[in-house]
Amino acid sequence: MNFLILTVIKAAVVAFVLLTALAYLQWLERKVLAHIQLRVGPNRVGPHGLLQPLADVVKLITKEDMMPSHVNSFFWFLAPFIAVMFALIPIAVIPFGTELNLPTLDLGPIHLPAIRTAMQLTDLNMGVLFILGISGMGVYAVALAGWSSNNKYSLLGGLRSSAQMISYELPMAMAIATPLLFLNTLSFRGIVDGQAGYFFGFVPKWIIFQGFPFNIISFLLFMVAAFAETNRVPFDLPEAENELVAGFHTEYGSMKFAAFFMAEYCNMVTVSCVATLLYLGGWHPIFPNALGSGFIPAIIFLGFGVISFMHAARPARPFDRITLPVVGVVAFVHAAAFGIGALLVMKPDLAQGSPVLQWVASLANAIMPIVWFTGKVISILFVYIWVRGTLPRFRYDQLMSFAWTFMFPIAVVNLFIVGLYVALFG
Amino acid sequence: MKQPLEDHVATLAAVQERPATPSAPRRMTLNMGPQHPSTHGVLRIVIELEGETIVRAEPDIGFLHTGIEKQCEAINWAQVVTLTDRVDYLSNIGNNLVYALTVEKLLQMEIPPKAQWMRVMLAEIDRLNSHLVWLGTHALDIGAMSMFFYCFREREDILRLKEMFSGQRMMTSYIRPGGLALDAPRGWEKAVGKFIKQFPSKVDEYENLLDNNPIWKIRTQGVGYISLEDMLDLGVTGPMIRGAGVALDVRKTEPYSSYDKFNFKVATQTSNDVYGRYRVRLEEMRESAKIIVQAMEGMPEGPYQADAPHVVLPDREKMKTQMESLIYHFKIVTEGYRVPAGEAYVAVESPRGEIAYYAVSDGTAKPYRLHMRTPSFANLIALPTLLEGTLIADSIASLGSMDFVLGDTDR
Repeated sequence: MNFLILTVIKAAVVAFVLLTALAYLQWLERKVLAHIQLRVGPNRVGPHGLLQPLADVVKLITKEDMMPSHVNSFFWFLAPFIAVMFALIPIAVIPFGTELNLPTLDLGPIHLPAIRTAMQLTDLNMGVLFILGISGMGVYAVALAGWSSNNKYSLLGGLRSSAQMISYELPMAMAIATPLLFLNTLSFRGIVDGQAGYFFGFVPKWIIFQGFPFNIISFLLFMVAAFAETNRVPFDLPEAENELVAGFHTEYGSMKFAAFFMAEYCNMVTVSCVATLLYLGGWHPIFPNALGSGFIPAIIFLGFGVISFMHAARPARPFDRITLPVVGVVAFVHAAAFGIGALLVMKPDLAQGSPVLQWVASLANAIMPIVWFTGKVISILFVYIWVRGTLPRFRYDQLMSFAWTFMFPIAVVNLFIVGLYVALFG
Repeated sequence: MKQPLEDHVATLAAVQERPATPSAPRRMTLNMGPQHPSTHGVLRIVIELEGETIVRAEPDIGFLHTGIEKQCEAINWAQVVTLTDRVDYLSNIGNNLVYALTVEKLLQMEIPPKAQWMRVMLAEIDRLNSHLVWLGTHALDIGAMSMFFYCFREREDILRLKEMFSGQRMMTSYIRPGGLALDAPRGWEKAVGKFIKQFPSKVDEYENLLDNNPIWKIRTQGVGYISLEDMLDLGVTGPMIRGAGVALDVRKTEPYSSYDKFNFKVATQTSNDVYGRYRVRLEEMRESAKIIVQAMEGMPEGPYQADAPHVVLPDREKMKTQMESLIYHFKIVTEGYRVPAGEAYVAVESPRGEIAYYAVSDGTAKPYRLHMRTPSFANLIALPTLLEGTLIADSIASLGSMDFVLGDTDR
């Protein structure tokens, strides 16, 4: 198929999935936080509040877009655009899976052409550097928003945030350098390929399991710096609500506020993706496919379906008698689809001779890595939310001294030792 | 008369007109409040900053002025009880208690032991309520969001208890001159017993969640220091001064309402910082739980109101069947009871410090003057001393550790 059309389709799919995921990430955060905090969370719009993100979007778009009279209007307008732009761009270089390699399929009236494309918008050979560079640009949005708001709280928030993001960029880059030295590449695809295989047949060769303990230190440093980079608890000083009202976005309302919000969540997703790719083996399963790791999604869907039917047997609301079995059946269909896919991936011989099964097998070959990748990213995002429900906030000077006197030296020493190791034995 | 708004404008102007010192030529004036998430009500603080360091802090109160003190002069002694609820809305029973004690001192009335023990028990339940709200909001200020919800879970139980006793969750008006408003409800022992049995484990849970957290410690330890001399000069009381090692507690020093018959310790800490105050309050919660258990176990039998028909409203049954009771009821309700001329000053230990009511009676059915010496107002005077020279991020922790209620400050 035409490269251009394929790329456009891919970009559209990625953008759609990402933006929806951002909205639902917020739903997930509210739900998880609520359960940590003995609350119920959103549960009014749709079942379990599942339509809440939609309602939020509609509300934010239709809200009056007000500009305070005292702001510097040009930069004030510019800041949310910058924030969203530099939050979305890094997704372009992140690979989500291996590659889609579909053979042609003739089914009488239906003719599907052969498709071969990487599960990634573009494979830059220096993707890691690109992401570091772009995420560094995000500071501009915060600084500009804080300054142009002409508000003391915003200014303090913007200053804090700029200083914080720039400070934590250093330990983050240092931490990232460790796996790069180990694998000797800057391309994400190369990094993930370097983590394929298993020690003793079942311990994955993910970076955090290689070069013990330096890569674990590097991973922890990266995660801490990532929390700071994305302005999340316990480093959420720029928006430390209790001192600075809402920090740099105090003066923003409606969709402009939503833009900052979206940028924050998008940064979270990007950073989680990078952590997955660099340290957690990207799309490689947690134990070998030969041992049946491919069946895990099918088992999850199966359990989900069984639970749905169990709840349908004792319905809490009258319409649960109808809706829950439907959900259960849908889950069983998914379980069956994933089960067949996993079986075909595990035993390719089964598909011999049947073009349809071969087609399904190659589709499964492309989808299973995405499932693993998504699962790992969601796990990291869950940690983000979990931390938010648990930890208090650092004080500004403590945060800076933490970066400069604790994380930075450790990162440098760690990098030095790894460099020495790679130079001598690598 | 100057308008209140002009006063507030003048505060800002006065701070801005202060000449810059050569050491710090450029300062920023930050207006914190009256609408600010962390001032816990409508307190306004005008802060002068050098970078993020506070050079001057000027509290500006009066945004929640309700005129309660003045209002008391227009209504009769019995009606004032409902207003005392609204002074410190986090510890209403404590305010009811101090008012009742003041009026009873003027009336020279003896209160039966059951009422006294009941008062102690409810005052301690109220202390738990106030400390829980404090702990929750203070942790929220420092960023530990979940603590707020855990504390309010227990507070909800307390509000249910209060509702069980008085029919009201917050504005209870349960303790009145002459005893209690109502007899204790049926089954109260079971309800209070159930709550107090599991409460100490909940305090352990809070301690576990916060004290095992290094961020909580670095945010609170060594923060919000104010010297003991300053505190004594400024008349600071309550957990603030107990956090500096002074075992000043009215319950021990001038026992009222048979507190001398209870066995409890006055919690003190010597660190004199936000963390010390937090530890003091945590210990106080544990001690309060012990007092509640003692009060429950040793609750005397007997009447819940004093035998003073001219002050205490008669039983409904009696009022409808006996002529004398009907007359007393009519007199108390229509014109109120008369309090002998004189003055009385009574202090009790509220969760925030020493709360004292000073009542002057001219022999009529209405107070001539009722002055409230509220701990929030008295402690707030220490705010500039506490804040100056600290970081703006610490100001939140310091403010929170004072635990003031703006209704109590402005009344």
